[in-house]
Amino acid sequence: MTDTGSNSAIVLHGRKVVGGVAEGEALVTHDTISGWGGINEREGTVIERRHELRGVSFKDKILVFPGAKGSSGYSAYFHMTRLNGVNPRAMIFVKMTTKAALGAVVTRAPAVTDLDQDPLSVIETGDWVKVDADRGIVEVTKRPASAQAAE
Amino acid sequence: MKLTAAEQAMYDGKEGPAKQKAMDLLMRYGEALGAERLVETNNVAGAFNASTPSVRALVAKGFDAVYSELNLDSADVVPVPKMAVPTCQLITGIDNDNWRIQGIPDELADQQKKAEKHFGALGINMFATCTPYQVGNVPVKGEHCAWMESSAVIYCNSVLGARTNTEGKESTGAAALTGRIPYWGYHIPENRRGTHLVHVDIDVDDIRDWGLLGYWIGEIVQEDVPVLTGNMRQPSLIKLKHFGAAAASSGGVEMYHIPGITPEANTVDDAFGGSKIVETLRFGAAERKLAYANLNCATDRDVDFVMLGCPHNSIDQVALIALLLEGKTLSANTQLWVHTPRALREVAERNGYVKMITDAGGVVMSDTCPAISRYAPKGTRVIATDSAKQAHYLPAILGIPVWFGTVRECVEAALTGKWNGGLQ
Repeated sequence: MTDTGSNSAIVLHGRKVVGGVAEGEALVTHDTISGWGGINEREGTVIERRHELRGVSFKDKILVFPGAKGSSGYSAYFHMTRLNGVNPRAMIFVKMTTKAALGAVVTRAPAVTDLDQDPLSVIETGDWVKVDADRGIVEVTKRPASAQAAE
Repeated sequence: MKLTAAEQAMYDGKEGPAKQKAMDLLMRYGEALGAERLVETNNVAGAFNASTPSVRALVAKGFDAVYSELNLDSADVVPVPKMAVPTCQLITGIDNDNWRIQGIPDELADQQKKAEKHFGALGINMFATCTPYQVGNVPVKGEHCAWMESSAVIYCNSVLGARTNTEGKESTGAAALTGRIPYWGYHIPENRRGTHLVHVDIDVDDIRDWGLLGYWIGEIVQEDVPVLTGNMRQPSLIKLKHFGAAAASSGGVEMYHIPGITPEANTVDDAFGGSKIVETLRFGAAERKLAYANLNCATDRDVDFVMLGCPHNSIDQVALIALLLEGKTLSANTQLWVHTPRALREVAERNGYVKMITDAGGVVMSDTCPAISRYAPKGTRVIATDSAKQAHYLPAILGIPVWFGTVRECVEAALTGKWNGGLQ
């Protein structure tokens, strides 16, 4: 983990996938995500049987994940999360694929990739994250240690 | 992204609002990918149906609204013209003959038929299968395609040597109206080279083992390009259809090489084309056992539903099922659905296979599958299937545990109501 004080933000630089600015609480997974057959588009939850986030909702979260996998219905399902109002507030991912790109485009939430540090090691679930996709900047404010201890 | 004059004209709206929206989506998508240009395509396979309850509100606004939102990512409703290039419909949610057996309300079946009539007239060929390459859409090596359906994409790239990324509903909708798709990923020859070398140490021959091999590889290499070498016997369309579907479910594999068998590599060196081997893997008895354990999540041996045909069965698979069922009767507690493309169902009917299956109490379905439709027979508690892909997805989609095995094990389960499968 990064040895930064809880009040100072860690800044990552990357590339815009979809423009815009958003901030919120991070939801981090080390597992790739299936759209069709992997998420429930009415609730914004992950449903894949052996997935780290099974049963967890990404609605209004800054979703931090390695990338997309599985069916070509990926974009259509993230598209429907937007139509249903349960989409992530922003996306940060590592591996660019057509599924990940198109899914981000039709979700119409700010999205970045190609970051200069591994977002999956720097960002933890619960951290406060600001994504300025137009400038390719991600600011991470670590969750205070007291909040972590309380869990 | 750099556009040609023709592309710029479409982007500027000179070819009408639908093509303008299509180009707008392709530009946003291409820029997200980091693509530098588009490439021409004459072969689009997408999903244009409107058969789920969640699109009811859009259907009420008309099929132009459906296509605008779901196939072009446009909230503005634009009049949709005829498709610009050859385009086909992949699998749908509803069997146009057997929707009542699926448990689908008449209203939704009616909605799908109306959508097919509308989009069919616009030039979308209603193959209604996840395997267009079984019913006449067989791209030629090097052909640029814009295909959805992960199991078809991996077949298109790897077995046929044509070029496509895993496209989505919106990008295929835009490609069908413009004949363009971003020149990125597997359209570019350098990206088609191998990344992982997989030594297959045990004999892989039957369909189940090809599925286990694919399921194991996909989970490890994710979206990368495995190169297989070792003890596989000569595969067929059926085995590679199954292998690819499995690798594209546990991971996102869109391309693989089997040197000497698939068209872009005669040797392992060819397959890597001078690029570095990221990782070398070995598939042996332990790996086979692990994939099998990961696919089998059921514990109750009383099986009430058997599903065969994902990806959609070839005619030879339907023939084998018919032979195994001939003169027998299914268990009173078990239902059997056999899925095959509609065009092949015609052949199966002509051969008498459909009658042999239905006489035993089974149903031969087309156009759909339980994972896509999200329908299994009402009250199903335990499923058996010969498909690694369905075994992967059904527990998540329907919340029902699954046994995975050979077609013979599955037919036996349908006849006895009991799962007696296992890995020898």
